[in-house]
Amino acid sequence: MMDWVAIGLTLRLAGCAALVLLVIGLPLSYWLATTHWRGRVFVEAIVALPLVLPPTVLGFYLLVAFGSRSTLGQGVARLTGHLLPFSFGGLVVASVMYSLPFAVQPFTVAFRSLDPTLLDVAKTFGATRLQIFRHVAVPMSWHGILAGMVLSFAHTLGEFGVVLMVGGSIPGVTRTLSISIYDQVQSLNYASAAANSLFLLVVSFAILSIAYMLQRHFRIA
Amino acid sequence: MRLLFVLLTFLTASSVFPTNARAQEPKVAMREIIVAAAADLKFALDEIVQEFQRKYPDAKVSITYGSSGNLFSQIDNGAPFDLFLSADIDFPKKLIERKKALVDSLFPYAVGQVVIWVPNESPIDVQQLGIQALLAPSVHKIAIANPEHAPYGRAAVAAMKKLGVYDQITDKLVLGENIAQAAQFVDSRAADIGLIALSLAVSPRMKAAGRYWEVPLDAYPRLEQGGVIVSATKQPELTRQFREMIIGPQGRETLQHYGFIMPR
Repeated sequence: MMDWVAIGLTLRLAGCAALVLLVIGLPLSYWLATTHWRGRVFVEAIVALPLVLPPTVLGFYLLVAFGSRSTLGQGVARLTGHLLPFSFGGLVVASVMYSLPFAVQPFTVAFRSLDPTLLDVAKTFGATRLQIFRHVAVPMSWHGILAGMVLSFAHTLGEFGVVLMVGGSIPGVTRTLSISIYDQVQSLNYASAAANSLFLLVVSFAILSIAYMLQRHFRIA
Repeated sequence: MRLLFVLLTFLTASSVFPTNARAQEPKVAMREIIVAAAADLKFALDEIVQEFQRKYPDAKVSITYGSSGNLFSQIDNGAPFDLFLSADIDFPKKLIERKKALVDSLFPYAVGQVVIWVPNESPIDVQQLGIQALLAPSVHKIAIANPEHAPYGRAAVAAMKKLGVYDQITDKLVLGENIAQAAQFVDSRAADIGLIALSLAVSPRMKAAGRYWEVPLDAYPRLEQGGVIVSATKQPELTRQFREMIIGPQGRETLQHYGFIMPR
């Protein structure tokens, strides 16, 4: 009934994507929130692209960029021993791109809502940009950062189109829960599909409730 | 709030690491192959795998079902499958041409058949009407597999053209990604009638849920189904053993049980 292999895989994928997004999302968001460069809007547009682009477009580009015919793809294959598409690593890369706005946008909002005088005070005391980022901006924006991580985690749980394109539904490697449900429906195994769908529904609801709780707390605080 | 943060970090971390370790454990001791199989094999191949694993307890066979065209392009793009069981013979041949499959590994294993299937409560007497069942007034949606990349979809379109009904029903067609999805469309009553694989129609669930008419074999190009061993396989021996099982007496018996004709 419950596809525990797929559930474990999906949680692992969402966890990895959220952690990678934390690492690359924080500096990117801080830069977006503090820069006065006018070209910033184009970077913001690129970050938001996954919100409007069909997953098939991202999936197609990933196949082209990292497939066996591209030099980039062959380079990665030589380094890691396998191609990026149809591997867990490939899904992490796809998920990071696909969930980027769900991390970066809350991060950026949090950094923007910081009181600028606090940052100025830190600067007057001689703190470097990195020190301000580490010791002032990040600790004071943790609600927004947590909200972004929770949202990107949840968004990765529900990912389907990109995984369908670049995953190949390999059990234990790329068959995530959403793909497993798709396969179960095609096997006319409606009971399993129902059980796993309900699981995903309940987990997603719980995670989103947490995200909104954080948001409310954030607004009041 | 701090507690929540700690909890979440813990959850994320625990979801990242322990499952990782657990997932890798059994792979070390066991030999494992991944088979890319045409969706019409869904129920028959599951049985063959069970028999195979009974015979070789140290072997694990995972199967990914899909349309032959999609599986072909995934293997062509480097997907890590060991064996490809197509619903036609051209995709396996093309893989050999592109050096993605072993030259001498091509083997025909079955010939598929197309049926027109309706659920039990349908007013259409499909056995009596034959192809004319598609023209019945109660038919609003006809499910077939996508002819772009599914051999069964191509066979269905060819049969409808040959039997002279295609032009009248083109606006009623709904396309499944593969033949199992087309079957699911009718099984769930989303479509009223479907042209699906006989092997799916005789599976226990669909046999109990509906009835079918076998489309004459001369109405569409022969659905010769072939398989190949993927060049990049890391388990050539196990893959060969599994191939032997499929074309051996046990495999043939199971395939015939699911309505496949044996290749000449």
